[in-house]
Order: sequence, then C-alpha cells, then structure tokens
Amino acid sequence: MSPSLTLIGVVPLVGALVVALLPQGKDVLAKQVALATSLVVLVLTLVLCVNFDPQGDRFQFVQSYDWIRAFGVHYAVGVDGIALVLVALIAVLVPVVLLASWDDVEALTEVGTEGSDAPAAKRKSVRSFFALLLVLETMMIGVFAATDLFLFYVFFEAMLIPMYFLIGSYGGPRRSYAAVKFLLYSLVGGLLMLAAVIGLYVQSAKQGPGTFSFEALTQLNLSHTTQAWLFLGFFIAFAIKAPLFPFHTWLPDAGAEAPTGGAVLLVGVLDKVGTFGFLRYCLPLFPWAAREFAPYVIALSVIGVIYGALLAMGQKDLKRLVSYTSVAHFGFIGMGCFAFTTQAGTGAVLYMVNHGLSTGALFMVIGFLINRGRSRFISDYSGIAKVAPTLAALFFVSGLSSLALPGLSTFISEFLVLVGTFERYTVAAVVATTGIILAALYILLAYQRTMQGALSSAHAALKDLSGREVAALAPLIALMILLGFYPKPVTDIINPAVKVTMQEVGAQDPAPTDVAKPAAESK
Amino acid sequence: MPTDIQAPSIAYLPLLPILIVFGAATLGVLVEAFVPAHQRRLSQVVVAVAGLVASLGAVIYLAADGTSRLVAESALAIDGPALFLQGTLCVLGIGSILLLSERRLDRSGGVVVSQAANAPGSREDLRLAESSHVQTEVYPLAMFALGGMLLFPACNNLLLMFVALEVLSLPLYLMAGLARRRRLLSQEAALKYFLLGAFASAFFLYGVALLYGYAGSVDLGDILTATSQAGKSDGLLYLGVAMLGVGLLFKVGAVPFQAWTPDVYQGSPTPVTALMAACTKVAAFGALLRVFYVGFGTSQWDWRPMLWAVAILTMVVGAILAVTQTDVKRMLAYSSIAHTGFILVGVIAINKSGLSGTLFYLLTYGFTTIASFAVVGLVRDSAGEATHLAQWAGLGKRSPLVAGVFALLLFALAGIPLTSGFMAKFAVFKAATEGGATALVVVGVIASAVTAFFYARVVVLMFFQEPTVDGPTVAVPSAYTAVTIAVGVAFTVILGIVPQPVLDLAGKAATFIR
Repeated sequence: MSPSLTLIGVVPLVGALVVALLPQGKDVLAKQVALATSLVVLVLTLVLCVNFDPQGDRFQFVQSYDWIRAFGVHYAVGVDGIALVLVALIAVLVPVVLLASWDDVEALTEVGTEGSDAPAAKRKSVRSFFALLLVLETMMIGVFAATDLFLFYVFFEAMLIPMYFLIGSYGGPRRSYAAVKFLLYSLVGGLLMLAAVIGLYVQSAKQGPGTFSFEALTQLNLSHTTQAWLFLGFFIAFAIKAPLFPFHTWLPDAGAEAPTGGAVLLVGVLDKVGTFGFLRYCLPLFPWAAREFAPYVIALSVIGVIYGALLAMGQKDLKRLVSYTSVAHFGFIGMGCFAFTTQAGTGAVLYMVNHGLSTGALFMVIGFLINRGRSRFISDYSGIAKVAPTLAALFFVSGLSSLALPGLSTFISEFLVLVGTFERYTVAAVVATTGIILAALYILLAYQRTMQGALSSAHAALKDLSGREVAALAPLIALMILLGFYPKPVTDIINPAVKVTMQEVGAQDPAPTDVAKPAAESK
Repeated sequence: MPTDIQAPSIAYLPLLPILIVFGAATLGVLVEAFVPAHQRRLSQVVVAVAGLVASLGAVIYLAADGTSRLVAESALAIDGPALFLQGTLCVLGIGSILLLSERRLDRSGGVVVSQAANAPGSREDLRLAESSHVQTEVYPLAMFALGGMLLFPACNNLLLMFVALEVLSLPLYLMAGLARRRRLLSQEAALKYFLLGAFASAFFLYGVALLYGYAGSVDLGDILTATSQAGKSDGLLYLGVAMLGVGLLFKVGAVPFQAWTPDVYQGSPTPVTALMAACTKVAAFGALLRVFYVGFGTSQWDWRPMLWAVAILTMVVGAILAVTQTDVKRMLAYSSIAHTGFILVGVIAINKSGLSGTLFYLLTYGFTTIASFAVVGLVRDSAGEATHLAQWAGLGKRSPLVAGVFALLLFALAGIPLTSGFMAKFAVFKAATEGGATALVVVGVIASAVTAFFYARVVVLMFFQEPTVDGPTVAVPSAYTAVTIAVGVAFTVILGIVPQPVLDLAGKAATFIR
C-alpha cells in the first residue's frame, strides 16, 4: 500500500481549493499558488518515475480500499508503465500550461470589452480559471491511476465538467456551442460505456463476487457475443474520446474554441484517455472481440490519418488546423494499439507522450501568436518571422516535431507504429505512410503562409515572445529533442506493460517469415 | 349472529409515524381556529415541523426494532420499504414545510394567496396580491397530504390504498391553486390536476373492484395467493392490473399519463411543486412497488411487458419533450417524467437490488428535486418568479453562488459522477441488467444523454452567456429556504461520494412482508 499516487492526485485538488478561496483581487497570488502546486506534483511524479521498477509488478504504487461495498467498488489505484508515462506527461504539461496561460484571462477580458457595451459584467474570474485547471489535473491523474473500472468511469465522466467550464467560460466566440458539443459527444460515449461497465459487472457477478477490479475482470470467461457487445460499448466511448474517424467532429470545434491552456490539455491529455482505454480496457478485457474488430479499427485509423491530414491542409483557422492534425495523429495511435505487435504498441504509447509534447507546443505557440495578432486565421498573418524570430523558430521546431522529422521525438514513435503495423497489416501501413508526406505539407504550408513573406504593416509592431512564454515552451522543446535522440528511458518503462497487454490479447509478434499471417490464427 | 361484529385488533405502535402526522395536521386545524392571527404562522410551522420530526423519530424507533409486521387486520404492512419511504417522506416533508414558510422572497410576504377562490384578475384578486394578508391553512393541508403519503406505501389492502390516495391527493389539488402570482395559471393547474386526478382515481377504484372479482379479496396477500391458483378468470386479473396501473402511473407521472405534470408543476406555487415533485413521487412509487412486488409478484409475466413499454415511453418522451421547454419549471417537470422512467427501470428489475436501488433513487431524487425547486423560487423579477429560461442568462455572473448550486443540482439530475444522481442511476441500471432488462438499460443511457443536453443548456445560459440588462434578481432567502437548499445540496454531494451507509440502509430495508 503506497499512498504516493493518491498524494499526487490530491495535491492539485488542495491547490485548487486554495486558489478558489483566495479573496478577490489576489489574482497574482492565485497564479503563483497554482504554479507552485503543479510544480510540487511534477516533483512528486518524477520521484515516482525514478522509483518505478519496469521489471517489477505490473501495477506499482498500488492502494486499495473498499469504497462502495454494495456495488463491489474499490478505491483502487496503481500504475503500469503505460499509465505512468501518461501521468508524467500530465505533470509536465500542467505547469507549462499554467505558465503559458498566465495572462490569458485578462487578455480575454480586454478582447471582450472592445466590441461591446457591458464591460463590468464581462470580467472573467482569474481564480476560477486556474482552479479549474488544477481540478482537471486531479481528474486526469485519477483516470490514468484508477485500477478499478468504476473509479475509472467516475473520473472519465467527472473530468468533462472542468473542461466544459474551461471551454464555455474562457473560450472563443463559438464557445458555448463547442462546450456543449464536447460535453454531449463525450457523455453519449460515456453513457454507452456505462451500460457496458454494468454489463461487465453483471457478468463478473455470475462468475463469483461482483467486482470492478481490473485484474479480476481480465480473468472472466466471456462468451463471444457478450465480448462483442461489451467491446463495442467501450470502444465507441474511447473512439469518441480519442477521437477516431468518424467520431472526431467535436474535436475541431472544441480545440479551436478552447482557451490555449484548455486546448493543450484537451488534445494533449484528455484525448489520450481514449487511446489509453483501448490498450488498458478494450484489449485485455475482450481479447476475442478485439482481435475480431481489429481490422476494422485499423481501417478507421488509416482513414483518420489521411482524412485528418487532408482536412488540416484545407483549414483557414490555425487552431482548427492543429486540431485536425491531431485527428491524423490519433489515427496513427489507434493503428498502433490495434496492430497487436509489441513494436506498434510501444510506438503507440510513445506517440501518446510525444503527441502531447509536440501538439501542446504547437497550440501554445499559436496561442501566443493569436494573443498578439487577435486573429485565428492564417490569411491575417504573413512575414511574422521578421518581427518575431523566436516565435517563428519555436513554431517551426514544434511543427517539425508534429510532422515527425527524424531527430525529434515524434519520429521514433511514428516509425515504431508503422514498422509494427507493417508486419501485420502491410497495406494499411503503406497507406498511412503517405500521411507523413501530407503532414509535411500542412505544417510547412502553414508556416510559410504565416511566418514567411512580406510583413504586413498591421503586424510591424508585433512583439516577440516574452521570457515567460519562452520558459513555458522550453521544457517541451527540450523533451522533444531529448526523446528524439534517446527515448530509451521512456520505452524501457513502456515496453513491459505493452508486452503484458499483448499477451492478454493473445497476440504474438509475428516472426519475420510469416508476415501475412492474420491475427486471428495466432491465438 | 348478525350483530356480533368484532372490533378489529389494532397494534397502534407501528402506526405511530402515520398517527403523529395526522395528529399534527389536526392540531394545525385547531391552531387555525384558536390561535390569534399574528402568532398563527409561527405556531403552524412549529406544529408541522415538530410533528414531522416526531414522526421521523418514530420511524427510526420502529426501524431499529427491525421486525416487519402486518397490522390492523393486515391492512397495513409496516416493513422495510414502508419505513424507509416514511423516513424519506418525513425529511422531505420538513424541507417542503420550510419552503412554504419562506416570507422574504415575495415583496408582500408568503408564497401562497390567502383567498384562492377569487376570480383571477378581478379587483379583489389584484388587491389581495399586494396585501400582506396571509392565511395559514396551507400547513394543515400539507400535513394531511403528507399523512396520506406516509400511509400510501404502507397499504397492504387495495381499498385502504385508495383511501390513502385520496387523502394525499385532495389537499394537493387545493394547494396547486394557491399561487400568489400568476393566479390564472395556478387555478388552471388546480382544476386540471383535480379533474385528471379524479379520473385516475376512478380507474384505480375500478381496478380494485375487478381484482376483488378475481381474487375475492382486496388484500394484497390474498391476491398473491389467488394468482398462484388455477381456474381463476385471467381476464379480470389483466384488466384489474391495468386499471390499477393507470391510477398509480398517473400519480408517478409516467407516460402516457403524464399530461398533467408540466401544467401543474408550472402553475402551482413553487414550494408546493417541490412537495409534489419530491414527496408524491416517493409515496406513489412506494405503493407501486408494493402492488407489483407483493400483490402480483408471481404473475410478473402478465404485467412486466406493460411496464416495459411504459418505462421506455416515459424515458423517451420525458427526455425529448424537456429539450423543447422554455420555462424552468416546465423543464424540471419533464425532467421529472424522464426520472420516473429511470425509476421504473429499477422497478422492472423485480429483484432485491432493484427494490433497494429504487428506494435509494427515490431518496436522492427527492433531495435534489426539493433543492432545485427551492433555487427556482429565488430567481425573481417584478412579476414574481422569473421562470422563463431566457431570463436566466448570465445568472452565473450576477450571483455565482446560486448559479453554481443550481448547476451542481442539474449535474446531479443528469447523473454526472460524484453526485448522488449518478449513484442512483447506477444502482437501478445495475439492478435492471441483473434482472435481464439490458435493452431497457440501453434505452435508459441514451435517454440520459438526451436529458444531459437540456441540463447542460441551462448551465450554458447561466454561465456562458451575458446577463440581460433587465434580468431578474436573486432574492436573498431567509434561513428557511437556505437550510433546505443547503441540506439538499449536502445530500447530493455526500451521497455521490460516500453512498455506502444509505445503500446499506436501502439494502436492509428491501424486503417486503407478504
């Protein structure tokens, strides 16, 4: 029993309470408290990572108490390698996001007052913004740390509420539409999953004491029909969350309308719950169904890769563009999860981390640009590199990471996914590879249109990045480069967990000779 | 010997909760007659609240004793479900009484009008609306209704159940017409509720008659015995069950017997609406559970398909029609219809966890609902309550606390985790899946998603939209309303995080005596 995970989860919640209860006007203090809280979480998480033994038990730092005996629910937490790196991703992203959003709320208030006649009521609360971000951190850590399905579900749904308020209260012009769309898409998926969760519980109650414990649930004997239905319940929820084509339509709206900090956490972390759910729940709980449905999921993923990239290319709005690139990236991750090879699986998990870093950085740079230029449209910018070279350079690096340039972290994960998939689904891997070329196009075109060319007079006085903004981006860029050259520390943590998952789904890595052997025969 | 009629032997102790409430109601009538006008209101509140607290104490005493028994010649069953629901009703009843006592919200004091019989819009009526003249008959009326509600789920005899139904309904018909503002709506509500309610009661009574013809008795235990014997006329049984069902489903507000709900919820004074939405539902579901679990426990194949259809219709119609509403009270009315559907899912499970889940759902729903209507009563403009949804725009900016509380309650109604609403929904859906009603659960979760849409829409209005210039103000309530809201919210949160004690209680209570 180790209380460390609970501690990491509770710290942000306490920080949020403190921030929320500070008296009015103490906005700076609120920000400092929030940042300090998130740094404490970061330090605690690093300690956790150091103490994690990749060769040890599957779940470490476990803790389990009875929560609701009537339903057989436990408060049970613990992390395997996959969950641990995602918790670490959260711990890194939250302080970065807080730093990047330092003055966003005030800026929002100014924008609001310019074109309207009700200035007083327009003021947005700084404290609520930072408190919401911290509450969100608790929920996100909880969802990855839960080893009880019920607890997971509670966080999975409860997580929506802070994000809903972040988008709805602090977002762009179409924020209420985007917030409701986000909430409803997620809830529909979540409620279908609830039916499946209950179904799974009832099955477990038929074979012994009813339980939601993950490890006990993986031992269940489920008929094929039951597996198929329950798999679909979980899969649709996760596919909406991830988002996988064709469940992605909420993401461009939510991503574009969310405030920068919210967008980073939404796309960087919240969406990972979907792909994490594939690996943690869909595969081990319903191995037969997972194998049966895998070809279809791979097909959807490949469509997502190409379709997301094509739509990204056609976007006029920078934030929508980044959102669509994420649809493409999630196609890769989905493909990696369902290829059932260790390489692809490891690649997918690594991709989740790297996508968080690179897309997070991209959203932040674009957020900085939009704060300056007051427009989200590509056509409103040109030649920015002349006045803001640092901004342009960091945009470029983040963009290159997003298009998976060798030497930057995303490359390794994309490569692993493609190689791992190639062994089993050759055609899919080949088609998906064209996604890389498309990625180069949409990133470089966007860069060229906004940063290169003649500088318009309107932007002549545009300021380059401030020290704070560079400081916010620096850790992400550093990690991208570091993991691009030396991903071993992360892959070492991920690998054993992925291997266990692959065993549970009953997939063996194909030997080099029987490349085309389909998954279903290898059980 | 024709004259030799023996007096029935009655054990009075198990009837204590019911007797106390009826006693307090009668005392209220005496207070009305003999206490001077300026002391009447306080005396009424004290009598009513003390009566309910004493009744709650009696319930706890009986529950601690733990023996289920049939009393009054087995006309009444004082068992786990009856006591659980009676306890729930006492607590919710106290909340309703406190809401009725609120004086600070309306500028002329009091939420009910003193002479409801005046024609709406007439000169006397307008004069009365502005006068601070207050009548207090509403307290004994509410107490009689609550007494009937306490009796209703304990009835083991269909004829007594009919009496309880009338005792709880008649005061409610009256109270629906007592709104101080918007008199016409209120009177319409009262008339509509009365006419449709009387109609439903007639169905109920006819069902009882048919079942008497079938079983030769109106006792639920005898009916149960009769259903397991061969050679009875099944036609009488089917018709009887159906007619009885109409009467009960009308009271819980299930489709297709829901038509009264939105009009009555909208027109009644808001505290009365809270009483109807929370307490009537609890009592009526208690009776419904007893009739179907005890009386027709072995003939479930005859009535289960009917309840399936009603549950599906109720969830779907309630959820979809709620989306189109523009009035907060009407929206909450349709939401209560959808919730009736969810509770029916628990009823249809026909197992122990279905029963305990339903009991738990009723308790949590009652608390959340009372607090919601209490909040609705706070948002006012010059014409009284500002119930049009458009008027709620930007409320989160004007009064973040009230809007935040309402948002929390709405999320609970939507069944978001970490609120009691989620735990309750989970309990009934789990029970139904165990009972083999998986398809019903799937309809339930989809309907839940639809309900989430209109709850979220209100949150959008309150928090994400700018306030209108001449928007309503949030009145600062007195302790009466504040306490009710605080308790409702506290239960909503606590039962969402640590539901175990109450679930245990519901689990222990979930055995009917036959």
